[in-house]
Amino acid sequence: MHILIIGNGVAGITAARYIRKRSSHAITVVSAESKHFFSRTALMYVYMGHMRFEDIKPYEDWFWEKNRIDLLQAYVEKINTEKRTVSLNTGNELPYDRLIIATGSASNKFGWPGQDLRGVQGLYSLQDLENMESYSRDLKKAVIVGGGLIGIEMAEMFLSRGIEVCMLVREKYYWDNVLPEEEARMITNHIRKHSIDLRLETELKQILGNEEERVVAVETNKEKTIECGFVGLTPGVHPNIKVTEGSPIECRRGILVNEYLESNVPGIYAIGDCAELRNPPAGRKAIEAVWYTAKLMGKTVARSICKEATPYRPGIWYNSAKFFDIEYQVYGSVPASGRAAENEASYYWEDSKRERSLRLVFEKGSRKLLGINVLGMRIRHHVADRFLREGWPVDKVLAHFNALYFEPEFSRNPIREILKKLNSENAGKAIKALGFKEVKHLVFEN
Amino acid sequence: MSTLYENISLTPHNRMGKKERTGLTLMALGLLAFLLSFITFAGPAMPFLSGIFFSVAGGLVYSRKEKRWSLSSLLLIFLGLISFLFLLARPSALSPLLISLFSFGFFLAGASIYIFFRFRKGEGGIRNNGITFSPLTRKNGALAWVLAVVITGFYVMLYWFPEEIHGLILAVDPIYKALFGKSGLPQSNGGHYNPWFLYGFLYTLAVLLMGSRFMFKYRHNRYQLLRTASVIFFQVVFAFFIPNVLAALNQQELYFHYFWPLDYDVLFPSGIDTLMSGGSLTHFFFWWTLALSFLAVPVLTYYFGKRWYCSWVCGCGGLAETAGDPFRHLSDKSLNAWQIERKLIYLVLVLITAITALLLLDRSFDLFSESTSLAFKKSYGFVIGTIFSGVVGVGFYPIMGSRVWCRFGCPQAAILGILQKYFSRFRISTNGGQCISCGNCSTFCEMGIDVKWYAQREQNIVRASCVGCGICAAVCPRGVLKLENGPAKGRTALQISRTEVKILDEDLIG
Repeated sequence: MHILIIGNGVAGITAARYIRKRSSHAITVVSAESKHFFSRTALMYVYMGHMRFEDIKPYEDWFWEKNRIDLLQAYVEKINTEKRTVSLNTGNELPYDRLIIATGSASNKFGWPGQDLRGVQGLYSLQDLENMESYSRDLKKAVIVGGGLIGIEMAEMFLSRGIEVCMLVREKYYWDNVLPEEEARMITNHIRKHSIDLRLETELKQILGNEEERVVAVETNKEKTIECGFVGLTPGVHPNIKVTEGSPIECRRGILVNEYLESNVPGIYAIGDCAELRNPPAGRKAIEAVWYTAKLMGKTVARSICKEATPYRPGIWYNSAKFFDIEYQVYGSVPASGRAAENEASYYWEDSKRERSLRLVFEKGSRKLLGINVLGMRIRHHVADRFLREGWPVDKVLAHFNALYFEPEFSRNPIREILKKLNSENAGKAIKALGFKEVKHLVFEN
Repeated sequence: MSTLYENISLTPHNRMGKKERTGLTLMALGLLAFLLSFITFAGPAMPFLSGIFFSVAGGLVYSRKEKRWSLSSLLLIFLGLISFLFLLARPSALSPLLISLFSFGFFLAGASIYIFFRFRKGEGGIRNNGITFSPLTRKNGALAWVLAVVITGFYVMLYWFPEEIHGLILAVDPIYKALFGKSGLPQSNGGHYNPWFLYGFLYTLAVLLMGSRFMFKYRHNRYQLLRTASVIFFQVVFAFFIPNVLAALNQQELYFHYFWPLDYDVLFPSGIDTLMSGGSLTHFFFWWTLALSFLAVPVLTYYFGKRWYCSWVCGCGGLAETAGDPFRHLSDKSLNAWQIERKLIYLVLVLITAITALLLLDRSFDLFSESTSLAFKKSYGFVIGTIFSGVVGVGFYPIMGSRVWCRFGCPQAAILGILQKYFSRFRISTNGGQCISCGNCSTFCEMGIDVKWYAQREQNIVRASCVGCGICAAVCPRGVLKLENGPAKGRTALQISRTEVKILDEDLIG
């Protein structure tokens, strides 16, 4: 049986690896972007000079041949579902028995005037990075539009080269459509500390170019003209489903898939950013364009294809990011600024001395833990997952904080301070944190 | 595939304006005057001082505002190096103390300013910007090769042509006198000066200076602060002061933090005889090193892993962790390199064990002629002790990374590694499914461990070579890694499967 995978991002490659582990099917991975799999999330580090391109390849180049995964650098123009083939830009047709579409995302563009000028782009692909690099020569100032995770990455990248950055963000605080207000405010301050000209509640009106069709300035709703040599458009991404055009594969925003990640055409699957779940599990979205989801989907689809039909059960949501120096982790459900439900409450603690915080979201009556949000502090995944899965009461979670704590040895553990503040605010019984020895079983149990 | 990233320059602004040209001219004049101060016989003070003035002024004019600190500090470093070279060439033209103070003073001042401004921003955090662009730190960079040749050359002179660096040896003698109350010169026969104080002094200086840099760079991380304070302490007290004080008191120089097989001499018959013929201190030393080798090593490694020695105590490790930090990413991460590493390091361990055993047997049963046993001893000392651990081990920092010796050659590391792999509570924990395969951990692993190989499959890292420096965890942008000691059993189990988190298990094999 021949498995054809379109896209060599983390979703497609994870599927390929797990299919190989479980079978001896022929596997071909087609990608126009690069021959070898690389970590998309690490592109920024190549630009910043932390790593070379070859350092962000998760596997050495011999890995693919050794595991009999064929890599083909080409562009799929059309899927011929009747014939069970794909047409490549090289003119060839490639047959398949099972097709996995893992084409990822494309950057959003909202029809701004001037959005196709030279020096205006998003940051998603390797080609985007190369363009960004070439525009960076002699660049004095860049404007970044959009307050998401890619925008802040771009800002950090430019800053590492001494290029001035201005960020236009529509929201009241940076990323407060995802983060609760306090956290969004902390990140907003942190961005400004890095000497970035962050303009909140500001929207792009148009991008102005010169006679050579190169960007020279932007205009915002606040009637200002900001001169710049580059505009980063990072108002999010959408599923990249161009490959399905002219085929009977059913799409909404993404390629619609059932719980086995199979599309309406039998034998054709979609995973990762480009997939849209018809019936997302409780607490999860239909499209989740993150690394972890892509990886889980890749593992799941590999099982189904290898004759062990497995529904996609992603479990408790988690995600992470880093905003300059502040790491961020989220587990479970944490409502964005102003969107907390009636029956939800949260404990929030922020360090007065450094940039770190902890938020525990819980159900009001039962005090059951619903979500954990941390900034500047690392939390142990499998323990957090267990607390959420088993619905531990929030007070018990706090008492067992030392099992969650994942910061380096000798770091300053904040739990005493957290509880001091909490106990002074609450009239009820004071919570006491158990020592590490008393919670060790949660950490190391097998 | 992209080839673009082969040709990136560090700064995108590279056009030279009027100001820059003026600055460069001034700098050149200054350096010329500075050099003149060494050659002129009519009192060096004027050209010397004007040289400094012109160079610094030139540098300030040349540099753009935000780069001013870096250039002026680099200039100071450069002036220090020039005086240093002068010491090599013309030992007697100026007062050695004066010139050595100038040389080391400039160097230290410049380096400190550079380090401060390079890492000052923010409250700490990972600052590895431009490492793969800089000609000094990129793979096979031009300056990296220059530095490698310079360091290797210095080791060659130190070991085989010490008379060529008399100027330097003389220059540090006043420091020796000031610290230990008498001259360290001349000690060896034939009027040759003893170069080893110079070596120890420079080594300690490097650990101190670059250790401070390291602590400043990682000031947000208490594990790194404590660990670095520890290696600095052991270098300054155990490797520098105690042996030198003992030498000044006409005692045998003893290094209390080295033991067999890294310090192989202590179990060679000649070593045992020397120790046993000494006073109570050397007697104590003998039992002390034995206890370290055969008691402390297994016990401490069981509880804390190899790191208790390799990245907290050892002097070779100390230099690698401090002076070697800018080059840590140059270690080879390929599977190939790992295979070579395993063959080489255990070969050295077998060699030293066999030689030690044979020599000890020889002592009791007289197996070989005296010249044969001497040949054993000498050839190991030459090939492993001198060339591998010294010349290659340090000289190749800028080419192969900072832990070449520790990774490929050190028999001590080999023993600690076996213990760590099979009898220890230490592991690097992987935080569930949080890895994004970015590669920072592997890139900055000085031991060349492909950390992400394990992390991305949600598996803890238990590797013989890991020295527990903790940098993988520090550079991880997603909080995935943590060094910790826990139950020895099940250390490599997959993190996520153990509590039945409902994502699919990863098989353990390939």
